[in-house]
Amino acid sequence: MQRCSAMTTPKTNPMQRRYWLILCCGAAIVMACSKKWAEPPKKAFEGFSRPANFPEATYRFANNAITEAKFELGRKLFYDPRFSRNNTISCGSCHIQSAGFTHHGHDVSHGIEDRLGTRNSQAIMNIAWGKSFFWDGGVTNLDLQPIVPINNPVEMDETIENVIKKLREQPQYPGLFKKAFGSEEIDTERIMKALSQFMVMLVSANSKYDKVMRNENNEQFTEAEARGYALFKTNCASCHKEPLFTDESYRDNGIGAGPNNDPGRFGVTQNEADRLKFKVPSLRNTLYTAPYMHDGRFLTLDAILEHYAENVRNTPNLDPALKQDGQPGLPLTAENRADLLAFLKTLNDQQFVTDPRFAETY
Amino acid sequence: MKYFSNMILPAIASLLILAACSKEKETTPAGSNTLAPLSVEFDNIVGGQNLQLNTGVYKNAKGETFSVSILQYFISNISVKKADGTEYVVPQDSSYFLIRESDPATRFARVKVPEGEYTSLTFTLGVDSLRHTMDLSKRKGVLDPAGGMEDGMYWGWTMGYIFLKLEGISSAAPVDGTGQHKYRYHIGGYGSPNFNNIKTVTIDLRAGGVAKVRQGREANIHLMADISKAFTGTHDFSIAEWPMIMLNDISIKMANNYATMFRHDHTEN
Repeated sequence: MQRCSAMTTPKTNPMQRRYWLILCCGAAIVMACSKKWAEPPKKAFEGFSRPANFPEATYRFANNAITEAKFELGRKLFYDPRFSRNNTISCGSCHIQSAGFTHHGHDVSHGIEDRLGTRNSQAIMNIAWGKSFFWDGGVTNLDLQPIVPINNPVEMDETIENVIKKLREQPQYPGLFKKAFGSEEIDTERIMKALSQFMVMLVSANSKYDKVMRNENNEQFTEAEARGYALFKTNCASCHKEPLFTDESYRDNGIGAGPNNDPGRFGVTQNEADRLKFKVPSLRNTLYTAPYMHDGRFLTLDAILEHYAENVRNTPNLDPALKQDGQPGLPLTAENRADLLAFLKTLNDQQFVTDPRFAETY
Repeated sequence: MKYFSNMILPAIASLLILAACSKEKETTPAGSNTLAPLSVEFDNIVGGQNLQLNTGVYKNAKGETFSVSILQYFISNISVKKADGTEYVVPQDSSYFLIRESDPATRFARVKVPEGEYTSLTFTLGVDSLRHTMDLSKRKGVLDPAGGMEDGMYWGWTMGYIFLKLEGISSAAPVDGTGQHKYRYHIGGYGSPNFNNIKTVTIDLRAGGVAKVRQGREANIHLMADISKAFTGTHDFSIAEWPMIMLNDISIKMANNYATMFRHDHTEN
């Protein structure tokens, strides 16, 4: 561009100037285009694949076979704020990729008009293996999961009916639905299934732990990590079951009711034995997903280990695994805690939180 | 090559046979009789009065006055029985209806059953548990969970349909967040063994008139649905005590109450 403007000296007549101007514009266009061409080609879409160290997924792919067009539509919908009443909040607002698809730094999330929710935004990862969703497991079918935040007055405060209406009015969507589903029709099933496609593709299985387990690149635990892994297997693995690091059960881990007195699983079952029980969260990607617990009360992993070592409350439904000889708590020394922290770090998957396929723009 | 064709020919032949068989199976209806229309009419009343949304004022068993602003409920899994005991179950996919008092067109559940005389009618008040677990492709129309919070019939957070929704104004109800004396009953619950409000209702048609189903006619079984029954029966409800019932143990008692609300008035043949 500089060269072009240097060429347009006062000596040139208006005709010539126009000529140069056109030439410059043309060059700029070509440059812009070539910049695009110079980008590395997108990796061909590979669909869903089960990591070698993972079990079979639980999502019913038979009802929603993964295709590139559906996945792409799902991603677009995931990041579209039209799912909220005033078009401000998208799924991605509270499930941010760099935060392991949680709402980093928020104990509970703020939704539409900054209304506060009551629970900590959960990580969307490896949910193709999920048997139930939400801290209380109220939904067991992923295709029905998005309805909850959309309807919730403190999250998106919108109806699916209205979302459908808004999407139909957007010129780009009918074509995208046609590409994905064969016709331009937009309905509940198609929206939910496209969103599910994006979500089940969010597989995190490339942490150091995974590479050690798969014997990849001769990756090995350090001594501290290995000690931490051994401690993990004795003290934590019964609930945080490998390789997903959750057994998908609901348990009371003795943190006691929070200020909002959230009853947890009880809210779904109305069974007293479920009071204060919450879904066991995965221990993967904790580097990115702080704060922790259903109400985000713990800011650091060390604070959680301190809780398990020293502050477990003897609540009526306290999980038996958290009692030793009738006393609540786990026998963890300071050294044990340091080793456990070293191990937990091996569960962070940087590739997952930076994978361009899952980003808002790709 | 010869070996190959030796293999392929019988394979193709057996495929053809299989295809022929399955085709035959598909085209044969469940019953051999010709199907004809049958409708079940749900005429909502309150005790001895016709239900009039918003304007009608009624009294419950506890003597509290109330009006009704919303009344809607799911009717599903319709089946009919003849005097000889033969039963016809309407194919499930065509057997879900949402009766909404605000929309007179929804008062009829229209199905097709084989021609004949039926002496008994059975239906589910609510939505069966199996349908709750089905793929979204099996949940269109009234089962589409797109309804939202206000007049919707689906609880997203517990993945269950609301079987019956009854709301209205009563001076007995305390002032709520919206500044109204409103009562709200949303009854559902299908999953856990100790929390199941799915109700099966069977109605004997002999006294009020059997349904004579034949082609070219639409037999109509006219039922009265007395919503005052929600407040009374095995448990008398006070609106002052229970202005709101949703996912709560007490809903079991209300569901037991309203399960008795249907009465066969007559049949139009």
